Amino acid sequence: MSTGIAAGGSMRRRSIGAETYLDWNATTPLRPEAAAAMSAIFAGCGNPSSVHRRGRAARQTIERARETVAAMLGGSVEPSGIIFVSGGTEANHLALLGAGRERTLVSAVEHHSVLDAVANAEVIPVDGGGVVLLDALDRLLARDARPALVSAMLANNETGIIQPVAEIAALARKYGALFHCDAVQAAGKIALDAAGMGADLITLSAHKLGGPPGIGALAVTGQLALTPLFRGGGQERGRRAGTENLPGIAGFAAAAAVAVESLPDYDRIRMLRDTLEAGVAAAASDAVVIGAAVPRLPNTSAIAMPGVAAETQVIAFDLEGVMVSAGAACSAGKVGPSHVLAAMGVDPNLAASTIRVSLGWNSSEADVAHFLEAWTTLYHRRRGYLGGMRAA
Amino acid sequence: MTQVFAHVPLSTASRPTANALPIYLDNQASTRIDPRVLEAMLPYFTEQFGNPHSTSHPYGRIAAEAIEQARGEIAAVIRADPREIIFTSGATESNNLAIKGAAHFARAHPQRGQRRDHVITLQTEHKCVLESCKSLAEEGFEVTYLPVEPSGLVSLSSLAEALSERTLLVSVMAAHNEIGVIQPLAEIAALCRSRGVLFHTDAAQAVGKIPLDVEAMGIDLLSISSHKVYGPKGIGALYVRRRPRVRLTPLIDGGGQERGLRSGTLPTPLCVGLGRAAAIAGAEMAGEAERLLQLRTRLLKNLTRRFPELRLNGDADRRLPGSVNLSFPGVSAQQLIEAAPSIAISTGSACTSAVIEPSYVLRAMGLSDALANASIRIGLGRFTTAAEVDFAADVLTDAVSRLKGQGSTPT
Repeated sequence: MSTGIAAGGSMRRRSIGAETYLDWNATTPLRPEAAAAMSAIFAGCGNPSSVHRRGRAARQTIERARETVAAMLGGSVEPSGIIFVSGGTEANHLALLGAGRERTLVSAVEHHSVLDAVANAEVIPVDGGGVVLLDALDRLLARDARPALVSAMLANNETGIIQPVAEIAALARKYGALFHCDAVQAAGKIALDAAGMGADLITLSAHKLGGPPGIGALAVTGQLALTPLFRGGGQERGRRAGTENLPGIAGFAAAAAVAVESLPDYDRIRMLRDTLEAGVAAAASDAVVIGAAVPRLPNTSAIAMPGVAAETQVIAFDLEGVMVSAGAACSAGKVGPSHVLAAMGVDPNLAASTIRVSLGWNSSEADVAHFLEAWTTLYHRRRGYLGGMRAA
Repeated sequence: MTQVFAHVPLSTASRPTANALPIYLDNQASTRIDPRVLEAMLPYFTEQFGNPHSTSHPYGRIAAEAIEQARGEIAAVIRADPREIIFTSGATESNNLAIKGAAHFARAHPQRGQRRDHVITLQTEHKCVLESCKSLAEEGFEVTYLPVEPSGLVSLSSLAEALSERTLLVSVMAAHNEIGVIQPLAEIAALCRSRGVLFHTDAAQAVGKIPLDVEAMGIDLLSISSHKVYGPKGIGALYVRRRPRVRLTPLIDGGGQERGLRSGTLPTPLCVGLGRAAAIAGAEMAGEAERLLQLRTRLLKNLTRRFPELRLNGDADRRLPGSVNLSFPGVSAQQLIEAAPSIAISTGSACTSAVIEPSYVLRAMGLSDALANASIRIGLGRFTTAAEVDFAADVLTDAVSRLKGQGSTPT
């Protein structure tokens, strides 16, 4: 009998102890199918660019993986449009820098890897629900005729809020601008259709959908020429040099295939998430779920416990064995308010008390119960404390 | 060993059998991952899968600790401080980051009004170094591509002549991917330092194979590959000197990881794999170098006995123990490779070997096109046995003899 992830179900039986992992937007465990695909590669060796037999087998693996990843985007993307890179951050850079447009417009709630890719990027504001203001985008595009690229994520990593990317793409097209969509958080959680999204460039990351870390892709839907970030041996049709991460690519493709097949799982995950939010609302009338009124990913909740710092909550939950985060993983080491919540106009105090809870395919009712127990315990403890302060 | 990976064979046996894959003698292109490296990595794909930047919980903290241990192991093999090691996706990225990053920083921050916009490299460098320099040239930087001696080694006097007040960086490969020669790193570094010029070395082929000491040698930037040293693909590192501090403009910005020099979620299992690979290579370097040297000597002895006209390209002594580049005059290397399918060898660097053209490296060393087209590269590695070397010598002897009989001519 396997004791691996597939049979293990929830995270509870892991070596660390009685734990509930609810930080799936930071990274996911490797899917067994990805592990199997990678095992087969680790067993051999070969540089895919070498002409001998081992090299040719490696080449085939990569081309099959390209087809699988392209298929994840709904059939309108050619396999040759898939460029394998080291991850979402690199893909975002390749898109924004490689497209070489004079103007780059990014939504205010983008991941740092988009916000920071281009020094003089113009910011598209969002409304209170975290959704890109289409009027504002229209005005930005209209006021300057230089060739532009618009970048907006499909779903936000901190709040799960989904952008109206088809409408954003239509606006971009109206002004002859390219549209890049960072679909890192959405991929594997909701169905993707590159044609429907209207995106010229789409970013994907493997470790957010059950693949290994260290691999991702930039999908190019049309005949767009990109200037590479790294130059060298001419791999990936000259768009990304460097020996291909063969086990990573194989693991990515295997995970992508399973993720597409198991999208219906997210109906269950959405119910768990809704139960979790209902539990919080029932326990605390002053609790706030960010973006509750707009379309969101089925697995993500950004929940504010007013008056209690997010860092305090995260530490308290950690002690209870519940793992969540105070925001995006990459900036978790930094102290500072979330740029996403600030852009939405969330009150700074409320933003500072907001944590991110994200579920995944192994999440269970027990995980939700564990979280709610920890959340309500902390809430009542802090309420009692704050009440005592007021009394004194 | 974690169960999901239970069927990964951890044996390294690779004996020639009728239907087996060819004997692997292309260790400059890539190396088989060491079973000890794989074993160290696997738990970080599965049980310890946390995002190392999510330090609010144990999954993240365990991953972060593993990465810091790996950073220390990598630093130790080149005698650097762990804080001087930046993880990248591989040596291609490291080389791009070192060269473009140093140049872009110099342009953005001229020191005391002194303009430094000149880069020096060798004609025989790896494509990714040449291409990085080419992109700088397109941006208005001046690039000097120095010729090499017939031995493949840099001429220190021509380097000294090429250095100017405007030179910001010299990039010279530590050990060559195609011909195996080892450059005089300390001497190059001393020249650079005396002129206030940064010295970068692409040490993808050298790390873990020859002793490297960034302090003693005076190296400012050093590129490290993982899959060339029995580690996983998709990871590499760049050594960036702290004292005196070498400043770079990052190629990839975002989450601010790696001291702002390289953003992106660090792939914990790959970092751990590179760390373990570096530690193993460092610990076993002396004995392994001796063993490979003996194997190389044995191979060359076998082949020169049968083909006295055989030519070893590149300096005979200053070379990696496991690496040779050989010309069989009058024999097409392409046909030779096809005639010897039971061994995996190549004509040159893997990334360009899909294109059949005479090696620019061999041509820079003064070889004629005919001789360059008659050259093969053999890379012995950690898992190469004496029996495999003897087998390879027999296979090559047979193939060369047949081709000579057919009157093969290099194209």
